[in-house]
Amino acid sequence: MGPQHPAMHGVIRLILGLDGERVKSSEVEIGYLHRAFEKHAEAEPWNNVVPYTDRLNYVSPLINGTGYCLAVEKLLGVTIPERGQYLRVVACELSRVTDHLTCVAASAMELGAFTVFLYLIKAREYLYQLVDDLTGARVTTSYCRVGGVKADLPDDFQRKCLAAFAGVREAVRDADRLLTRNRIFMDRVEGTGVLSREDAVAYGITGPFLRSTGVPYDVRRSHPYLVYDRLEFEVPVGSAGDNFDRYLVRLAEIEQSMRIVEQCLRLMPKGSHSLPPMDASEMADLGKQGKTAELVDRTAGTCKTLEGADRNTHDHIRAGGPGAVLPPKEEVYGSIEGLMNHFEQVMWTWGLKVPAGEAYVPVEGGNGELGFHIVSDGKNKPYRVRCRPPCLFIMAALPKMLNGGYVADVVATFGSVNMIAGELDR
Amino acid sequence: MSILWVLVKLGAALGFGMSWAAFLGWVERKQSAVMQDRIGANRADILGFKLIGLFHTIADPIKLLTKEDFVPANVNKTFHAAAPALALGFPLLALAAFPFGGTFTVGGWTLSLQPLGSKVGLLYVLAMLAVGIHGVVMAGYASNSCYGLMGGLRGASQMLAYEVCLATTMAGAVFLYGTLDLAEAVRWQARMLGGWLPAWGIVFQPLGFVLFLVAGAALTKRTPFDLPEGESEIVGFHVEYSGMKFGMFMMTDLIESVVVCCLAATLFLGGWHAPFLPLDGLVGAAVMVGAFTAKVALVMFLLMQVRWTLPRFRFDQLLDLGWKGVLPAGLLNFFLTAWGIYLWR
Repeated sequence: MGPQHPAMHGVIRLILGLDGERVKSSEVEIGYLHRAFEKHAEAEPWNNVVPYTDRLNYVSPLINGTGYCLAVEKLLGVTIPERGQYLRVVACELSRVTDHLTCVAASAMELGAFTVFLYLIKAREYLYQLVDDLTGARVTTSYCRVGGVKADLPDDFQRKCLAAFAGVREAVRDADRLLTRNRIFMDRVEGTGVLSREDAVAYGITGPFLRSTGVPYDVRRSHPYLVYDRLEFEVPVGSAGDNFDRYLVRLAEIEQSMRIVEQCLRLMPKGSHSLPPMDASEMADLGKQGKTAELVDRTAGTCKTLEGADRNTHDHIRAGGPGAVLPPKEEVYGSIEGLMNHFEQVMWTWGLKVPAGEAYVPVEGGNGELGFHIVSDGKNKPYRVRCRPPCLFIMAALPKMLNGGYVADVVATFGSVNMIAGELDR
Repeated sequence: MSILWVLVKLGAALGFGMSWAAFLGWVERKQSAVMQDRIGANRADILGFKLIGLFHTIADPIKLLTKEDFVPANVNKTFHAAAPALALGFPLLALAAFPFGGTFTVGGWTLSLQPLGSKVGLLYVLAMLAVGIHGVVMAGYASNSCYGLMGGLRGASQMLAYEVCLATTMAGAVFLYGTLDLAEAVRWQARMLGGWLPAWGIVFQPLGFVLFLVAGAALTKRTPFDLPEGESEIVGFHVEYSGMKFGMFMMTDLIESVVVCCLAATLFLGGWHAPFLPLDGLVGAAVMVGAFTAKVALVMFLLMQVRWTLPRFRFDQLLDLGWKGVLPAGLLNFFLTAWGIYLWR
């Protein structure tokens, strides 16, 4: 089965030994989407690796960038401002919802429920539009930077976000009504693709899959990063570890992730966008009159092409001090130190230098623990970037879940474990 | 004259099937689109007129006919080519036996609207559907491909199982009407009970009707019973087909659906019978054909709705449903009917 097969999305090959409709033996052949991500990262300056991380798990790209940046920041010893942390959490959770929606939708489609697929993909579209608003791209977002994020929330994000969530909730409710108590669906997924709790732990499986076997391990809870320790959310767990429990866990997590985003939007410290931009000439006039107190939290509405005057945004979402991120444009245009600092960052072979050392940071990805182990030798490029893809361990356990089942169970199981080739093969 | 009339009717039956198949291709897209909050087929146009996408019914066959007909190297060429014809031909033949209307008189002639009247019309239809299975098995076997073979085998056992079920679910109705002649069966239903309730089969055989729809949907290999095709699993018995040969398999599915819907309309929904409407003369002929077509469309709508709502069965579950569910229930329905008739008489 595969690499050209409708159910083997991404690119992967299963070598199945069949006895009629029964699967007697199975072997997983991976590597069709190998892009040498880890090796490539060694040739690029630290920040240039971020766009490549979007191609790892391409249904939840924002989580990958966050993981990588957190690892580099750990080596740098940098903590980004609170608003930036909240922004990253919002981005990650939006991505998690798109990831789960895609997985549930695709596995429903593979079982023949095409309508459910389209309902959920429609819901995903609402979120992609949010992501587009936030980052400027739907999939290849490149949102995170070492030491911050690219941009603050766009205008009116909160309202759009809540509207999109209403749409997502409706779609999820529809899917729930069409599938969860549907006899045909339950017969297909209950008791198929089972992996015991012990096996799941032994194989190193994490994420929704592990939680479906009853282990309440979630990196966001067990090793909190960013501001997850301040947020309220539940870690849904299953018990049977079969396709049905994985489906239920994902549906429950969609709701929890939306809850997290809603809390973030409420708790997030105010950024520059709480005040509308002010005309630059008016600002200058006020400054000349000495009314500087009125200007503290204002941004200047300058020429769009210049993209100047981003100090206020900058300070809210990016770590301060020279070194980690580009300085605000006011400093670049207005002081020699700022200009030098800017060019030190962007000149070839210069740029961000990370102190020698090693760091490992796990984040909760769409499929499980997504870890980045980063080694630096003090240069402006990583010495080694090792990514721990959650899928790899699932693929190792796949034969155990498939053998003894039916051919039809192969697609059900394969759909529910959510293999993402970009992340698996790197 | 009478031979000419029979030929006209045969042509009309063929046209009925083919135009339904083309139309259903559009219905399938449009109905699923409405269910799924999409627009659906709307691009094909003639001189800027789009006619809510209906021109796709013309565009599709043209596309399929002009596509390369690729035959893989290791197939058995004879059987590979024969399979689509077998699969499509026999369900089309089955259509000839249906009474699209009763008899009507015009200008001194008494004409029947049934192309081929027969005392055993129902058996003929079942036989044609059964022979159609060979096309599926042959396509899978001749393709020399694992996927194709699995699809063919699935098709064989599924269609055999549900052929039996289908016959069982109709047994009650047949026993009630006391005939295998399809026109006679409709005539039995073409009356009113108490002046307001049509004596259609569904009134006497509600369980039979539901079971018939299940078995019929399974026999025609449509979702949730599309295992021989199993798009996302094994791609299907026609995986090695392209161009119009593939198109013929798609049409087979649709025409088999039409046959099953015609059976449902004839046996359970009173065939051409339309209450309170004139059923003689040219107007009557039009009413009868219209009523029959409307009933076929209604059943079709139901099947489409089911198709785009439910996920697919697994192979063992499907056979379990057939042999352990539909068949015993059909037999029960048959015995209850027989007992009822015994008591009534």
